[in-house]
Amino acid sequence: MAEEKKLKISNTLLPTESMKVIAEATGISQLSEETCQSLTEEVSYRIKELAQDALKYMHHGKRKKLTTVDIDCALKLKNVEPLYGFHAQEFIPFRYASGGGRELHFYEEKEVDLSDIINTPLPRVPLDVCLKAHWLSIEGVQPAIPENPPPEQQKVESTEPLKVIKPGQEEEGQAKGKGQGSAATDGKGKDKKKSLLDGGIMKLKPRTTHELSVEQQLYYKEITEACVGSCEAKRAEALQSIATDPGLYQMLPRFSTFISEGVRVNVVQNNLALLIYLMRMVKALMDNPTLYLEKYLHELIPAVVTCIVSRQLCLRPDVDNHWALRDFAARLMAQICKNFSTTTNNIQSRITKTFTKSWLDDKTPWTTRYGCIAGLAELGHDVIKTLIIQRLQIEGERIRTVLDGPVVSNIDKIGADHVQSLLLKHCAPVVAKIRSIPDNQESYKTDYGYLGPMLCTHVVKARAQAAMQAQQVNRTTLTITQPRPTLTISQSPQMSRAPSIIKVPSSITVPMQTLVTARPSTPTQPSSPATKFIMMSSASGSSTTQQPRPTLTISQNPQSSQPSTSPSIFKVPSSITLPMQTLLTRPSTPTQSSPSPTNYIVMSSSSGSSSTQQVSQWEYGIDSWSRQWLPDLRFV
Amino acid sequence: MAAVPEPPAAPSEAPAPSPASGPAASPAPAPAPSPAPAPSPAPSPTPSPTLKVEPADGPAENHRPGPGAAAQAPAQPPAPPAGPGPKLPDKQTLLAVLQFLKKNHFKEAEEILRKEANLQDSLDESLLRAAGQRGADSVHQPDVSSVLSAYSNEGDPSLYEEYYTGLKGFIETALDAFKAELSTLLYPVFVHLYLELVYNQHEREARHFFHKYHGDQEGYYHDDLRVLAGLSKKEHMQGNETVLDFRTSKFVLRISRDSYQCLKRHLQERHNNQIWNIVQEHLFIDVFDGMPRSKQQIEVTSGGMAGEAKREANKTKVFFGLLKEPEIELPLDDEDEEGENEEGKPKKKKPKKDSLGAKSKKQDPNAPPQNRIPLPELKDSDKLDKIMVMKEATKRVKLGPDCLPSICFYTFLNAYQGLTAVDFTDDSSLIAGGFADSTVRVWSVTPKKLRSVKGATDLSLIDKESEDVLERIMDEKTACEFKMLLGHGGPVYGTSFSPDRNYLLSSSEDGTVRLWSLQTFTCLVGYKGHNYPVWDTQFSPYGYYFISGGHDRVARLWVTDHYQPLRIFSGHLSDVTCTRFHPNSNYVVTGSADRTIRLWDVLNGNCVRILTGHKGPIHSLVFSPNGRYLASGATDGRILLWDIGHGLLVGELKGHTDTVYALKFSRDGEILASGSMDHTVKIWDTVKAFEDLETDDFSTATGHINLPDNSQELLLGSYMTKSTPVIGLHFTRRNLLLSAGAYNPL
Repeated sequence: MAEEKKLKISNTLLPTESMKVIAEATGISQLSEETCQSLTEEVSYRIKELAQDALKYMHHGKRKKLTTVDIDCALKLKNVEPLYGFHAQEFIPFRYASGGGRELHFYEEKEVDLSDIINTPLPRVPLDVCLKAHWLSIEGVQPAIPENPPPEQQKVESTEPLKVIKPGQEEEGQAKGKGQGSAATDGKGKDKKKSLLDGGIMKLKPRTTHELSVEQQLYYKEITEACVGSCEAKRAEALQSIATDPGLYQMLPRFSTFISEGVRVNVVQNNLALLIYLMRMVKALMDNPTLYLEKYLHELIPAVVTCIVSRQLCLRPDVDNHWALRDFAARLMAQICKNFSTTTNNIQSRITKTFTKSWLDDKTPWTTRYGCIAGLAELGHDVIKTLIIQRLQIEGERIRTVLDGPVVSNIDKIGADHVQSLLLKHCAPVVAKIRSIPDNQESYKTDYGYLGPMLCTHVVKARAQAAMQAQQVNRTTLTITQPRPTLTISQSPQMSRAPSIIKVPSSITVPMQTLVTARPSTPTQPSSPATKFIMMSSASGSSTTQQPRPTLTISQNPQSSQPSTSPSIFKVPSSITLPMQTLLTRPSTPTQSSPSPTNYIVMSSSSGSSSTQQVSQWEYGIDSWSRQWLPDLRFV
Repeated sequence: MAAVPEPPAAPSEAPAPSPASGPAASPAPAPAPSPAPAPSPAPSPTPSPTLKVEPADGPAENHRPGPGAAAQAPAQPPAPPAGPGPKLPDKQTLLAVLQFLKKNHFKEAEEILRKEANLQDSLDESLLRAAGQRGADSVHQPDVSSVLSAYSNEGDPSLYEEYYTGLKGFIETALDAFKAELSTLLYPVFVHLYLELVYNQHEREARHFFHKYHGDQEGYYHDDLRVLAGLSKKEHMQGNETVLDFRTSKFVLRISRDSYQCLKRHLQERHNNQIWNIVQEHLFIDVFDGMPRSKQQIEVTSGGMAGEAKREANKTKVFFGLLKEPEIELPLDDEDEEGENEEGKPKKKKPKKDSLGAKSKKQDPNAPPQNRIPLPELKDSDKLDKIMVMKEATKRVKLGPDCLPSICFYTFLNAYQGLTAVDFTDDSSLIAGGFADSTVRVWSVTPKKLRSVKGATDLSLIDKESEDVLERIMDEKTACEFKMLLGHGGPVYGTSFSPDRNYLLSSSEDGTVRLWSLQTFTCLVGYKGHNYPVWDTQFSPYGYYFISGGHDRVARLWVTDHYQPLRIFSGHLSDVTCTRFHPNSNYVVTGSADRTIRLWDVLNGNCVRILTGHKGPIHSLVFSPNGRYLASGATDGRILLWDIGHGLLVGELKGHTDTVYALKFSRDGEILASGSMDHTVKIWDTVKAFEDLETDDFSTATGHINLPDNSQELLLGSYMTKSTPVIGLHFTRRNLLLSAGAYNPL
């Protein structure tokens, strides 16, 4: 079989020390090494045999998990007395400890106070086995009842060209079909059944939400109360339950209504805390892998968008941090777009349009403006690039009039201030990516207007920070860390921060020649060490702190008037001077001292789709470079 | 068929490695340089000795050392001249051969051997006795030492790798047409070379050899390889069953004559004795004439622990037809139909009666004679039941791609102890569950509650003449929805209701099969015989007989009123994991962890079909209602369809991602339902699967199978449960599909 994996059987043996330890435990000391060796072979073989037998029991027990009982049975098969008392169901009852160079697995036996056991009330008797019947399928269609898995688990199946209609779709028809024991609509259009449906139309019930069981009602009550209550610990638990419980499908419509109604009421009452709690509920619902929210987006999206763009979300807009809620909700919105946007519902484009429209409106208050920008910014770099950066100049002007102009109102000032920092925060990484070094205050000013200089500072900071981070990450290996801004052949002759930059006034050939000549200077080495490039992707979660930069860029700045063939300049920002030197010196120093014959040069590059172009650029750079002096270039 | 002479039957095929050539050829003082062994003078009457594992089987036990010990002789490259006064081990070999000849009444051969070996009768006798004693001493593993001794011919351990790479290189450079066939040789040769190294205590070389080449082997051998990997000492081989399997049974390869010639030429040219010995002693090469098979063709039938089935093993005629139904008059006053329109009634009845009558009157040409095996007589209650079946059959839903069955799922809740077996009664009124906590529970799924019969004193008070005596004997106080049956001492792995719903069978890890009465809900008999876990049991469709199979590698046929088995079906090389009766009760089928399926004749206990093709232990089997086809499911998640009459693989259904534990055909056989560990029930179109079968003479004769890859087209539906593995399936008489499993919240 072509698809067969190659088998890898390793003949693992227990360490001989184990034999010693076990022997000591049973009172035999001074086992010779030879004895240990043969013992360990024998014991390992027997254990393997046992495990293979135990597997049989697992298969016949119709389980996927090997239990201690299986081992006992396998022992019985071999006529060995089972190990009594190891009926742990879920875990291996061994603890691990190490210290003093010894590693130990031991069986933890707690001291138990007998009186405690006697005095505790008896646990409840577990429920007895019972049989419950339900319809898994009715004439080939799986009814959407709680006993069957929720449709989203079957999404994969429904996309297959089966003749079964999507259980999710069927649910809509269920209002009609319910009268017939949810025989439901039939995609294949069976005439016989159609007529049955038409004939039975009198019996159809009006569309109602189905009843929840008492337990579910109780659960709903508990959860909702905890979510909006005052106890944070309880809330955390409730949210945890929402985020992980697999059986909430039934209650999803209720939760959805609860959230949308809750937002409606609390926006009017400007109850910031409750709005935050409700948004956290939305997040928890989204986190639950067994829930598929698509059916409830019509309720959830308005609620979330309200929390992003509402004019007023709190009683004291000048003091309360409603900005955080807007940020959070914006992130939620972006997540919703990511998860549920399809070509049919077009959520993302509709949302984008909504945000853009109200942002463009001059009369929009600063709070809403903030929300719109946040909402757009969270949608990703592409959106920022195409929608926000284009408008930076106009927006900067608007901010300037508020900040520098006569004080109109404090609230406006705060708003403008927040919008400004928001714009800087989100735009800096993107600008850093689309613009090349040097970050020139002047050119930024001309490009982005009022916000230009500040943006420039942010970009520089962002780049530096990213460089720092990557450096810290890879300290142990021999590295060029964060080579993002390391080698840039830039055609801009201007240098804004001269003292911190090492200028290599010749072309790229100079360091390479150094490297090439360095190699023959170490003739003592039998074979030249292979140099490997390890590409690290430093993907950190938040988009704000990350400044993905091209690692080695041969940038072709269109603004430059100089032809690209002219002598280029290496510019290395201060933060990466050291790695640069390492790179230059490393191959020239013989590696006799280092035990490993391989040099690793670790390069980081940002992950993410938007940076792929730069990576390929970078690869190109390395490639032409490597052909001259690297014997073995591999991307690990 | 006749155009393909079997190797033993063709003496001109000098080195034909027939199993019979060993014992017969070895005593002859053939100083032949080993690659060309002596021609086999006589085909053995037992060409395929299915070795009985059961010690009770007399001849087989003595038979075993025979070929094993005798095989030693040709193994030594220059065969030692059998001069006067041979050394003791040789003498013993001779004696073993003599014993074998004597046993099989080869008087002349025995005589000649005696003369040639210069053996005096008296000496002979005493030695024979000694040999017998020796055999008795090693009762525990009677065959191990002799069997293993075949490995004692020592070659240079460092050369083994060369042997293997030499063979591999030869196969790689062989013509493409032969390559696929010849590469099947690699696995058995690899295993035997490895075992030889281990046996001769070249531990390091053995390990090195294994690790270097085990990656080459096909994926479905991994389980066996894992077992072998653990072996590193000669002592380990003693008790290892997998090793024994390799030793006691020859690995069967099916190779075209051209490929075989090619191989033979190569081995002779290279004087590759080691490989040649292995090929001769441990492999059975089933040579056929005609085109070499392609890789795909080999692929579908390979996977068995001991290679493929020999073609001759599947040649016996199998009566797969159904027995004639006893004629039962349908009562005319059909209450159920009275509600229907009056004028349609007489019309409707006639054709129905005709169709039913026609079906039962015409004797199926493939059916066994009615009295081939004795069957219990029908009781009145059975007749009533049959009438019910017929009535229900008229209301049966006709299933097909456009009319899929409804599925009712019975979920076992709170089954923390683990549900291990499920069975439904034929009328779908009762469900039995076997649990890992040794209990068997029976549920009634109809409103009729389960009641047990009153105690003896109460029974004596009942008026036996009264009309409702059957009703009166029941104790109303005991009525409840489910009953628990306690008695087993280990997990219950198999349950089966008797067709008349009066009994229940259960098989357990404790090595017993228990018969329970569903009238008193007590245990009636514990059938002991399997000393190891009994994996499965099933009642015959006619009752009375039942079959069980277990870890001891045999299946046993029992009748309820004997505490000892009537038949022991042995031949599987690993655990018998599931057992099923053929609808006509004349055959049983067993699936095994050796990845083969065997069909056994109840009448004479012979194995009449060996079906290979699964790549994992088989866990479910079911016959189609017409008895012609068999479906099997294994741990690899594939379902294979077999034509019993021809012994051919006819279909493959891929789709499940985990072990298939349940299979069932609909009542008319148009639909196959499968349930698996992957929490799904899948419905397959079998009409289409069996529609255009390649059962022409060519594929029948050669076993060249080309399977269409149409699983997706055949899959009619897939229904997922909520984390409930499906381990039981049943079609009601009206073709409603019932399925069962224990909810597993993990």
